[in-house]
Amino acid sequence: MDLIKIAEEAFKVERELPEFGAGDTISVSYKIKEGNKERIQVYRGVVLQVKGSGENKTATVRKMSGNIGVERIFPINSPFIEKIEVNKRGRVRRARIFYLRALTGKKARIKERRF
Amino acid sequence: MPGLIGKKIGMTSVFSAEGKSCPCTVIEAGPCYVSQIKTIENDGYEAVQLGYADKKEKRTTMPLQGHFKKAGIAPKKKLVEFSDFEQELELGSEINVELFNDALFVDVTGISKGKGFQGVVKRHGFGGVGQATHGQHNRLRAPGSIGACSTPSRVFKGMRMAGQTGNKTATVQNLQVLKVIPENNLLLVKGSVPGAKGSYLIIEK
Repeated sequence: MDLIKIAEEAFKVERELPEFGAGDTISVSYKIKEGNKERIQVYRGVVLQVKGSGENKTATVRKMSGNIGVERIFPINSPFIEKIEVNKRGRVRRARIFYLRALTGKKARIKERRF
Repeated sequence: MPGLIGKKIGMTSVFSAEGKSCPCTVIEAGPCYVSQIKTIENDGYEAVQLGYADKKEKRTTMPLQGHFKKAGIAPKKKLVEFSDFEQELELGSEINVELFNDALFVDVTGISKGKGFQGVVKRHGFGGVGQATHGQHNRLRAPGSIGACSTPSRVFKGMRMAGQTGNKTATVQNLQVLKVIPENNLLLVKGSVPGAKGSYLIIEK
């Protein structure tokens, strides 16, 4: 198991990404390739879950586009991700907040965490 | 072919230079030690026998103990012959994973995971016969017809049927080398290799 970690380390690119968890609202800036042009798009939504560890960590981010829910799974350490910004810290009681999918409108609000 | 003996450690996924996620097998390759050099005068062909993975001397038979003593190395679990090494090798010299520093692709041989006695659907990818419903029963994973009637009144040789699956030597050719880490004797290749974790592999350039 340790040798696998060493192998993963060898491909690691040092960069700083903020810590976040379920319930937080984040904006992910990711690069899109169109032909040979590259541009950056921002996706902002609520984190439903953070899965995996190390280089294989992923985050499921949900946003409402109009009245349709959109979910995207981002590999956090992908080189295509330019930066991640935490906009809001949410107070939730569990690590996976899938119940949010069934809620809309006022019920789908998440209380902000105060420090 | 020049090569090394190694051990499968496991799989992971890494991001390639283009930013794509790609499957990666971690192999501990070497260090291997030369246990015998075969020459045309003595053996009729040229080859280099390499040994990998130490074992206890008391678990080694007397004839093998002599064999290893001649080479001046500790007893090894696995012995494999290779040929066409670029540099001149001496008895007892070490070869490590740096052999693959300039290799783009390697071939990996191992023993595939045993699946036991399996039917044709798993073993050869047959589609099975017919439907699961509409009154059909007991033919779902059957092979179907295995030949014609009175001509030729036998089943042709090589007809694909049920039988032992896996636990057989298998080679995967042209696996891309992703990285060589000499400090830990690691070789990272793209894609999967035959066998279970911890099984021995033969890696050829």
